[in-house]
Amino acid sequence: MKAAPFAYHAPATKAEALDMLAGLDDARVLAGGQSLLPMMNLRLAGPTHLIDLNGVPELAGISRAGDALVIGTMTRQRAAERAALVHEACPLLAEAMEHVGFQQTRNRGTVGGSIAHMDPTAEIPVAASALDAMLTVESAAGARQFPIGELAEGYLMTQIAPDEMLTRVALRLWPKGHGHAFEEVTRRGESFCVVCVAALATLDASGAFSRLAIAIGGLAEAPVRLSGIEADLVGARADQDAFRAAGAAAGALAADEAPFAPPAYKRHLAGVLTERALARAAGRARRAAA
Amino acid sequence: MNAAQQKETWFGQAVRRLEDDALLRGKGRFVDDIHLPGMLHAAFLRSPYAHARLGAIDTAAAQALPGVVRVLTYQDLRPLLTCDRIPLAMPSGAIRFDVDPFVLARDEVCHVGEPIALVIAESRHVAEDALGLIGVTFDPLPAIVDPREGLKDGAPQARLDCPDNLVAQMSAAYGDVDGAFAGAAHVIAEDFHIHKGGGHSIEPRGLVARFDAGEDLLTVWDSTQMPHQAKRVLVRTLGLAEHQVRVVAPDVGGGFGPKFVFHPEELAVAAAAVLTGAPVKWIEDRFENFMSTVQERDQYWSVEAACDAEGRLMGIRGTLVHDHGAYTPYGVALPYNSATNLIGPYVLPSYRLDIALSLTNLIPSTPTRGAGRPQGTFVMERLLDRLAERLGLDRAEIRRRNLIQPAQMPYDSGLKTRDGGSMIYDSGDYPQCMARALAHAGWDGFEARRAKARAEGRVIGIGLSNYVEGSGRGPFESASVRIGPSGKVVVTTGAAAQGQGTVTMLAQVVADGLGVRPDAVSVIAGDTAASPLGLGAFASRQAVTAGNAAHQAAGEVRAKVLKVASQWLEADPEDLELSAGRVHVKGVPGRGRSLGEVASALAGLPGFALPPGTPPGLSAAVDYQPKGMTYCNGTHVCEVEVDPATCIVSVTRYVVVHDCGRLINPMMVDGQIIGGVVHGLGTALYELMAYGDDGQPLTCTYADYLLATADTSPRIEVHHMESPSPLNPLGVKGAGESGTIAALAVIASAVEDALKPFGVAVRDLPATPSRLFALMHPDLATPEARL
Repeated sequence: MKAAPFAYHAPATKAEALDMLAGLDDARVLAGGQSLLPMMNLRLAGPTHLIDLNGVPELAGISRAGDALVIGTMTRQRAAERAALVHEACPLLAEAMEHVGFQQTRNRGTVGGSIAHMDPTAEIPVAASALDAMLTVESAAGARQFPIGELAEGYLMTQIAPDEMLTRVALRLWPKGHGHAFEEVTRRGESFCVVCVAALATLDASGAFSRLAIAIGGLAEAPVRLSGIEADLVGARADQDAFRAAGAAAGALAADEAPFAPPAYKRHLAGVLTERALARAAGRARRAAA
Repeated sequence: MNAAQQKETWFGQAVRRLEDDALLRGKGRFVDDIHLPGMLHAAFLRSPYAHARLGAIDTAAAQALPGVVRVLTYQDLRPLLTCDRIPLAMPSGAIRFDVDPFVLARDEVCHVGEPIALVIAESRHVAEDALGLIGVTFDPLPAIVDPREGLKDGAPQARLDCPDNLVAQMSAAYGDVDGAFAGAAHVIAEDFHIHKGGGHSIEPRGLVARFDAGEDLLTVWDSTQMPHQAKRVLVRTLGLAEHQVRVVAPDVGGGFGPKFVFHPEELAVAAAAVLTGAPVKWIEDRFENFMSTVQERDQYWSVEAACDAEGRLMGIRGTLVHDHGAYTPYGVALPYNSATNLIGPYVLPSYRLDIALSLTNLIPSTPTRGAGRPQGTFVMERLLDRLAERLGLDRAEIRRRNLIQPAQMPYDSGLKTRDGGSMIYDSGDYPQCMARALAHAGWDGFEARRAKARAEGRVIGIGLSNYVEGSGRGPFESASVRIGPSGKVVVTTGAAAQGQGTVTMLAQVVADGLGVRPDAVSVIAGDTAASPLGLGAFASRQAVTAGNAAHQAAGEVRAKVLKVASQWLEADPEDLELSAGRVHVKGVPGRGRSLGEVASALAGLPGFALPPGTPPGLSAAVDYQPKGMTYCNGTHVCEVEVDPATCIVSVTRYVVVHDCGRLINPMMVDGQIIGGVVHGLGTALYELMAYGDDGQPLTCTYADYLLATADTSPRIEVHHMESPSPLNPLGVKGAGESGTIAALAVIASAVEDALKPFGVAVRDLPATPSRLFALMHPDLATPEARL
């Protein structure tokens, strides 16, 4: 379990890193290394060049820009989990973060690394999906942006080109008083999730949904947004019937085969967790209004 | 050690472990901490197929890689060896084909991960690079993955050198079982599938081998439970004399069974050291550990139980198909343990279990902690739960009606042990043990707790399991106690330590005999150069065997001290005592001599006489032979909460009442019990070594293969009883594996109790969420639910 030979590069600036990406063949960027390094040690990944981003301070940081929370790709998961700004403006991300790996891996793992890796069971992409994340990827030739829903191109495959890297994630913030919830089932305590659900909701004065978002992870190669039922439930009373309707919609989604998680069980969990997440998010919104 | 520990005897005290100071300061010396000048590193090329004929092996490109010293195959190593196969299997008349492994695959690979070639290189990195350059031609063959399939007519051969896959068959039987069934009031029949996890020591296997041509000495530092056994195999296979091989087990980071077994890599690396003349290190990585270290895996039971109208057992009969794996490095003892342990603490008038051991194209199956016993206990306890349900009895009541009573001790079970002796329980009070556990756990108040939980929308259940464990297996263990002129007390033993606290245990026993503190005793365990004879760690045996050997040796040394001192001090031995490293007249500490002075006198001076009537040397060596096995016992009660929507099980309460005879160190026994329970909890709920239909392992990382962890383990309450064993002077019994034995059954019982309203019967382990989901929703069940 030793990595195959590779050349190690340690740029000090983003520009330097992007130049390396442009100039080197078969290069990978190294963020927190919580997925890439085990894959290299197992020789499932064997890049010729490894460009270590850990010495590029400009790639990390959390800030607010209008109605968006902007997170630099190299921001440690644990830093995001603990940031006051995240708790105040985007509590869904903070709650989701508690489920990511283990505290030890979150100390090293990065927000951008998790999104770019796109593990089907990863929690950060699910929360980011509910938060309508806009991704910025850059190359030496320039930057481009696209919504997270367009990232995946297959299992552990994304539209980020070999000479590009993810540099920034912008999460659309919800108004004060919104409710949030993140629900997850694992096979054992702290371990990879089988299915997870992120939910956001705001209620109007009558107690009806004025806006909601539900994203589900674990079913397929990328998070799934429940856009149809989100639209259907706007204006509906945020009650058990509504939660159940959302659960039924989630339970009807397709689920991939996965080891130890038969599709029927995953679909069932999607329904149960969606119902619970939406109920909890609506409850929080209701309490915030009161 | 604190003031409370300044008692008259160290036996029975929660003495802090002498091992821990070095380990906690990072000063332990594990195999990978050993760095020798000029040391080379080994990596193994392993089979990607579960079953294939082995064709040509082209090593030229690997050999040409800079940094590679040698690439070795079976043909390269065979000239060094005295035999084709490594002679390992323990003898048994039941074995039809003795399938000992080869040092490297010869002409057939029989499981994924089987070693085929060995690269010796300047670094492990280079050695692994070279593996990718070795070309091997395989001719794939059908693989047997399910042991039941392998026994069917016309099934493909798991091994081309065996005509069929029934590698062994045997029975455990006594009494008129068919007559019992004919006269029974109630008969039930059940099928069980029990999957048991691997050993999963935090330190995988590994060794450093050095052949010193000048001294003609092969030294092997091996992460093993059985250094003497390893030496014996190396002596025999390499054609060396006993004085030419030394095996040392340095600090070992856990054994749990697999390090009992001598694996082919141990011989291959030792042979490579002989061949290259350089020290060679091989450290198993976790991926290899999943693909090549022996496992325990699957048993399929079909059993019937018969009882009378009051629920008293009359007989149990059935069959057991055991997944044996591809080789026989251990023999048949694992499923035989399952069969004999089924009886547990109950009066079972008749019994017949027919056992078939099926060759499969999987890693050899040998004992991990519990060694087959948890499965036997699981079957008996599940049957009792079913009978209780049938008769409308409380699960505790049906057990009460069947428990062996204290007045029946010693109790002849009717079965035979491995060596042909009778399986006789030596002591214990099983009814009291269960009663105490039920009281501690609040068994009688559970229905009120259940009702309260239900009102809160929660689903909870309670389970109960009893067990008996045969421990302290012989035939012997060695210990010597020596005091030299320095006055230091040194114990050497053939016992081997992997973290159990063996050093502390022996030091406590010897400290009492010699009137010194345990931390004044140095214990050398696991070095064949220090102890000419020895066996090692297995069968929860070292306190019983090595403990009594050390106790007896310390007693002999003490007698020698008293004899010499009584002459010097002109006092009757009865009037002397040993304390603080001195022998002195009782109550007059000033009138005495140090142990060093006695040792000095017995060490002799050239031409001068020894003290009259005493042989030289202040030492004694004892090979203690137990009269029979000692049987510890206990009761586990646990409570679980199950989320019926997600099928997630949480263990919320766990109570153990345990009786392993007299306790040498209650704190260390607590640690053994708690660790054993957690191991069993993992087996019951999480651990699953999954294989595809082609025999490819699917769970080779700890992301896929789940062990029980601290965050999912409840606080485990351990309460002790002490029924001394009449079979050994210390009155002790084993404790190392017992925590695991009842855990499978008690968790199954509790989960089933919780989910009874949903029609769930737990027959298969592990009880994973997706399996429970399939049981609760049979309409949605899919074939993958076996996962």
